[in-house]
Amino acid sequence: MGAGHAHKLYRHGHSPVHALPPHCKLAAVLCFVLVVVSTPREAVWAFALYAVLLAAVAAVARIPAGFLLKRLLIEVPFVAFALLMPFVVPGEQTELLGVSVSVPGLWGAWNVLAKGTLGVAASVILASTTELRSLLLGLQRLRMPPLLVQIASFMIRYGDVITDELRRMSIARRSRGFEASGVRHWGVLAKTAGALFIRSYERGERVHLAMVSRGYTGAMPVIDEMTASRTQWAYAGALPLTALAVCLLGWTV
Amino acid sequence: MHVPDGFINAPVSAVAGVVAAGAVAVSLRGARRELGGERTAPLAGLVAAFIFAVQMLNFPVAAGTSGHLLGGALAAILVGPFTGVLCIAVVLLMQGILFADGGLTALGVNITVMGVVTTLVAYALFRGLTGVLPRTRRSTTAAAFVAALVSVPAAAAAFTLIYAVGGTTDVPLGKVLTAMVGVHVLIGIGEAAITALTVGAVLAVRPDLVHGARGLAAPLKLRVHGELVDVPAPAAAPAAPRSTRKVWATGLAAALLLAGFVSFYASASPDGLEKVAADKGIDEKTQEHGAADSPLADYGVKDVDDARLSGGLAGVIGVGATVVVGSGVFWAVRRRSTPQAPVTRTTESV
Repeated sequence: MGAGHAHKLYRHGHSPVHALPPHCKLAAVLCFVLVVVSTPREAVWAFALYAVLLAAVAAVARIPAGFLLKRLLIEVPFVAFALLMPFVVPGEQTELLGVSVSVPGLWGAWNVLAKGTLGVAASVILASTTELRSLLLGLQRLRMPPLLVQIASFMIRYGDVITDELRRMSIARRSRGFEASGVRHWGVLAKTAGALFIRSYERGERVHLAMVSRGYTGAMPVIDEMTASRTQWAYAGALPLTALAVCLLGWTV
Repeated sequence: MHVPDGFINAPVSAVAGVVAAGAVAVSLRGARRELGGERTAPLAGLVAAFIFAVQMLNFPVAAGTSGHLLGGALAAILVGPFTGVLCIAVVLLMQGILFADGGLTALGVNITVMGVVTTLVAYALFRGLTGVLPRTRRSTTAAAFVAALVSVPAAAAAFTLIYAVGGTTDVPLGKVLTAMVGVHVLIGIGEAAITALTVGAVLAVRPDLVHGARGLAAPLKLRVHGELVDVPAPAAAPAAPRSTRKVWATGLAAALLLAGFVSFYASASPDGLEKVAADKGIDEKTQEHGAADSPLADYGVKDVDDARLSGGLAGVIGVGATVVVGSGVFWAVRRRSTPQAPVTRTTESV
């Protein structure tokens, strides 16, 4: 916990995107993704424009392209699924590189790949320019129930602690010569999970008592009030509004 | 596996989002009951952190492959269904925002499938089984096994259902269902084994922490002059107002059953008025309803060809929507009529 609460995706910086209030960014990303999802898949050029928009935002936020591309790898499982589509979807067949594939399947694969990639890229840009704490404050500002925000903040705050505990247990197991290699070792691993649950739950009880002794009554005090000026909203709104224009063009053309 | 953006179309994603939001709202109130008032936030937060961490614990299967726990059934059995739904929802939300794992527009679908369906199916089965089986630790573990085993393919089936209504590509439904459920039965076996072993491990050390085994606690006994004597029961707590939850649950289940399955066998001929109107030619001038183009028009789901399946689906969706809207109104009215005591909310949320 000593190392602060920056998460792995966050890149420290002072760009205009970093400086925007978190709730503006959250709302902008959500609207952008919604617009992308509701674009007709036949408008291929629209998706290219979306990609250009995101690249522009990444450039303003000074996120290197390599970093962004590496983070996109998270969607690999779904790429595999998308690549299967042209072979299982029935319909009109066409030749591609000497293999017979179906046209609706190709469209489906393109749809999932394009929209999924754009969605992941938008989330990555959001996560790499926004600190954890301000993300949570932003969620609260967007009227997420305070209790839910509190639970999420506890999860984030203690996620590393619990993960480290799991890592220490694994080191302890290995230093005693244990090596999990198959189903017959599941018992030991499940006992680890059980012990981890008990430790987490008891830590929760201790945290609660510590908070009660400091005057906790069920609500967290809001110390720094976040506000967004009209200009900041306008900056944040630039991305989804441009995207909306592209989307409308996509429907009409 | 998390659903990305673009997999389910926008309207269905929105409906799933509403369902998920409703489920989370209900769970927030339920979790307060399960964990006890102000203890909710730290305890649920730490349990969510546990779920998050335990999903990283790799279980080797064979020859270099390994799997990990999904945790829905485990959470439901260890901390109760409401807290379980809440914890999984928070984990999914944070994974979506922080790690870009699962699309933001698909968050509702993800929470509905992986959080709500898994947890509820697992918990309902678990409760049913522990009610029937003898009250021992072993039967609790066995019930946990079965609950987790069924919950994973159930989630896969739920996903297929959502895909059938709002999938962006027409993969033949039979194929999707077979593939999804087939794969997830295998995953479910692993999940079941690990869940049962984990529940057993917790039961062996701190049985009092396992929500699903609350009935197992033996009455406290004291040794007086070398003999075991029952501790006199504490003064009975004032009888709690009778819970209406059972009535609600039964009613909802009956409504869903009727809407979803019995309507399969409903008469395909129009209802009395419609039939009369058709016979007499009254309806020549009636115009199609404004919502005739909506995805649920004429009590069928668009793009689902099988008439019975379509009718059933529309029924289930209709009941679900009605319940969500109804509870929303009910909740709003009740909230307004009982203003919160000012002391409990010293700092108003912003």
